[in-house]
This record gives sequence, C-alpha cells and structure tokens, in this order.
Amino acid sequence: MVAIKQISLFVENKPGRMAKVSKTLSDAGVNIRALTVAEAGDFGVIRMVVDDPEKGYKVLHDNGFTVSETEVLAVEMKDIPGGLYEIVNTLGESDVNVDYAYAFVTTKAERAMLIIRVDNLEKARKVLTGAGIKLATKDEIQKI
Amino acid sequence: MAMFDYWNPHIERMPAEDLCKLQEERLKSMVHYVYDHSPFYKERFKEAGVVPEDIKELSDLTKLPFTYKVDLRNTYPTGMFSLPRNRIVRYHVSSGTTGKPTVVGYTKDDIEMWSDSLARALTSIGLGRGDVIQVGYGYGLFTGGLGLHYGAEKIGATVLPTGTGNTERQIMLMQDLGSTAIACTPSYFLHIAEVAEKMGVSIRDDTSLRVGVFGAEPWSDETRRRIEEATGIKAYDIFGTSEMSGPLFTECQCQNGIHVWSDMFLIEVIDPKTGEQLPDGETGELVITTLNKWAIPLIRYRIGDLTVINSEPCECGRTHPRLMRILGRTDDMIVIRGINVFPSQVESVLMTIPEVGDHYQIIVDRKGPLDIMKVMVEVTETGFSDKIADLMSLSKMISKELKGVLNVVAGVELVEPGTIPRSEGKAVRVIDKRKV
Repeated sequence: MVAIKQISLFVENKPGRMAKVSKTLSDAGVNIRALTVAEAGDFGVIRMVVDDPEKGYKVLHDNGFTVSETEVLAVEMKDIPGGLYEIVNTLGESDVNVDYAYAFVTTKAERAMLIIRVDNLEKARKVLTGAGIKLATKDEIQKI
Repeated sequence: MAMFDYWNPHIERMPAEDLCKLQEERLKSMVHYVYDHSPFYKERFKEAGVVPEDIKELSDLTKLPFTYKVDLRNTYPTGMFSLPRNRIVRYHVSSGTTGKPTVVGYTKDDIEMWSDSLARALTSIGLGRGDVIQVGYGYGLFTGGLGLHYGAEKIGATVLPTGTGNTERQIMLMQDLGSTAIACTPSYFLHIAEVAEKMGVSIRDDTSLRVGVFGAEPWSDETRRRIEEATGIKAYDIFGTSEMSGPLFTECQCQNGIHVWSDMFLIEVIDPKTGEQLPDGETGELVITTLNKWAIPLIRYRIGDLTVINSEPCECGRTHPRLMRILGRTDDMIVIRGINVFPSQVESVLMTIPEVGDHYQIIVDRKGPLDIMKVMVEVTETGFSDKIADLMSLSKMISKELKGVLNVVAGVELVEPGTIPRSEGKAVRVIDKRKV
C-alpha cells in the first residue's frame, strides 16, 4: 500500500499550543516533513507528515493530545508551472474528490511533494499511477 | 435469586404504618425537646403561634414553621444548638462559599446515629466485613471523610483513609491493599480513572474495586453509566448534608432511589414558592425534620435540594421512602434569560455523546442586556475527526441537543483533553461572570 500515515491533532486556538506540540515531537526526536494548520474559530486542526509516524503518534497521545492517524497520499509533483494541475486534473476527471491538500519542497529533489486526502484512496492511487505520476512510499518519506 | 443483606432488618423492613407511628412519637417528643432546650426554636414557635402541644399527629407537622440555612448563619456559631457546648463531642464546619460558614455539632449519640445510618446504607450496597473501603473524601471540617470512616468501621470493613489528593498514590494503594470500594465525588473518581489509565493501570483488570459510593455533588445516570462501563464497578449515589449530619443515605443494590431512614428523619417535598406540601411523585424542595438527633435538631429545615419522593416499598424489601432523583440544589440553579438551568441537566445531555469527555464546565456571562451561556467540553480521541467540518458539526449537534433539553441557546467550545480543571473534591461546574 502506498498510502502514508498523516498525524492530525486537535488544538485550541491559543498562544503556545503549537509550541507544545513541536516541543513534544522534538524531545522525541521526531522530524516534521510537512505541516499545515486549519483553523476554525476557537480551535484548529494541525496535520503533519513526520519521518516516524508511529513514534510521533505515540508521544503525542501519551502527552494527552487528541490525535488521530489518517491515510493520505504523498504525490511527487513537478516543481514547474502546471505541476499541481496535472495531478488534480487527473483526479478530477476520474471523479475523485480532494478533501484537502498541502505541499512541500524537499532539499534534495527537484520535485515537490503534494500531500492529499481524498475520498477514494484506492481509485486515486490507480488513476495517478496510470497517468505516470509517482507516489512516495512511507520509506521514501522517512529517508528524505 | 437476588439476596439482600440488612444491617437492621427489623427497622429497615418495618411495615409503613408502624414506621409512621414511630415517627409520630418521635416528632412529638422532638418538638418538646427543641422548645425546652433551644431559645431559637422557642422564639420561632412563638412567632408562628404554635406550642408543642399542638403537634398531636404527623399531619400537624405543617403547623410548624420552616427553618433555613440563613438561620444557621445568623445564629453563628452555635445559636441554634439545643445543648451546651460541653455536651458536644465533635464539630464540623461547612465551607461557607456565600457568607459565613455554618457550624454543626454532635453528641456521642448523634455520631452513633450517623454511623448507624451509614452502616445500613453500606450494607444495602453489599459491603461488609472483608471489604476494603477507600475513603477519598476530605477529612477534617468537611463531613464526608469522617462520616464514611465511622460507617465503614461500624460494618467491620477495613478503612483506607486516603482523603483527597495525591491521586497516583491513591491508585497504588488501591492496588496494593486491595480496595474493593471507594467513596469520593464522582468527578474525582473520573479523574482517578483517567490518571490510572495514564499509569497503565486498568481499574477493571488490575484492581479489586467493585463498588463506588459517589456524592457531595449532583451527578446524572448518564455519568453513572459511563463510570460503570469504563471501570466495571457498580456506582451508587450517596446523599446527606452537614446540617443533617453529613453523608447518610445511599441507593440499595436496586439502584432505584436513595433510602431515607424514617426512624431518623421525617421528609417532605414542598413547592418552594408557596411552601405547600407536594404529593409523592412531584418534584419539589426537600424539607427535613430530625427525629433522633440531639445537639442540633432541625425542624422543617429547607435543605434546598430539588427531588421527588417515592414511598412505595422497594424491591429490596426496605419500606422507607426513597428520593428518586436529586436534581441539584436550588443554589446550583442558574437562571439564563429567565429560564432555570441545572448543571445536572447539562451533564445528562453531554454524557450521552461519546465524542465528549467526562469533564465539562459551564460559563455564564452577560453581553449587553443578554445572558450568554457557553459549555466547554473536551474532545475525546474516539470522536476526533481530522476534518474541520466534522468538528463544526459536532459542536452544532451538542448545541442543538442542549437547546432541546434546556430550552436555552448554549454555545459549545471544544477544548483539548485535560484542560478543564480537575477537582479532588466538589467539581466547579459553573463559572458565572455576570455582575449582579
């Protein structure tokens, strides 16, 4: 399976909350690859991809955070105009909905990485690989 | 076949008419006693135009004037006592969150009556010799700790007097000394269960705990269900106030109402506005008259708790009346835009929603001329979706459920687990920021 584990956290919209999350991960030696914050008034949801999701989940859970794991796809994206279009258009034409997405650029690669949560994971995987788009595995994310 | 144990089978199963006769005798002598011993009551009776001889049968009770908590405060410290201070073997003092504290005193016989009441109660929930009862109520001026302590010793159980606080040690001792029962506030027990889980201790599998005796704050059947499902223990409600002695009465194993011992207390439910007695089954304010208490007897004392009386004999064979539901004190009630709201109603809604944690807090404030109410709840991991839309609809759903029950619009704030303050004694459920 090429889906990777994303960690999601419920946080209150208050000063110092992000600091507490990142301190917890840093103390455990977990490295954040990509992160996004969705805010909704009093609270928000932090979503992130880390090098060691099992460990990341465990330390956050043990420290009393409300945390969940979600399966997402890490899609390699050409770092040129139209790179994003190629991916979302492929999905859109196959009627796969993107619930949310965020991207990051790695130091090594000339490619960017797009993290997406979709409503139909299996179908998304099929149509993307069918269109010659590469999906990163858990190991690859770990090694970045 | 269900087997029920009794501490005093003769009294506990006495036919209702015999109990009434006993109450009548005791009421008559109690009225004489307070009139002769307490200047406060003599004065009060005079004002009401009543003398002890007017009380000939139980129904004459309504001729007697009410007494109130404010009377205890106005006569601070011992102005309502019927005996001189050298007859008192112990004092307890209530915290007095509003105004002066109230002082209660006990003779040796009063302590005996109190322990006897609890001995019957603890036996009725299946406790006895061989049980280890962890008393997690505060010891000291508060009645909870020492009250349970004496009752538990009386039935021959082993007492583990942990008092409140130092939760990790409570859990360690619970395991190492094999506590089979715990007595504390329901909110503190939820906290103990939470800390135990963090320590990797399962109350169900790693301890011998099988019974909880929870009180000193109103709690709902929904919380009972949560506690029982999460920890595998049986949770029983306990009731009593310091004016009555302290914690006195519990449910029996049928968990269907709190048995109030008629040979010790005469109870009525009244309409709080008119003072009229209400029939069984109707919700009203609880009024008690002590029948067997000598240092500070109370006549028609308005406890302030709202409840319903059921005088039908219980399945367990006990004939004494039951308090079917303690909705909370009239003091706990909050008025939002003219509508009465009890924290226990909010609790009963929240505890049916699995996405919501066991702790909550109600914040009341005023925006211009309008009261606003906000309920803070912790999001549990079970209910956490990483989609914002799901969280938004969760808070909307809670708000809608609350509106349905309370008839008041309440905002809902989702907060992180562990952020609502935990209490080792009575939980602070309401923060009222309105300036009167």
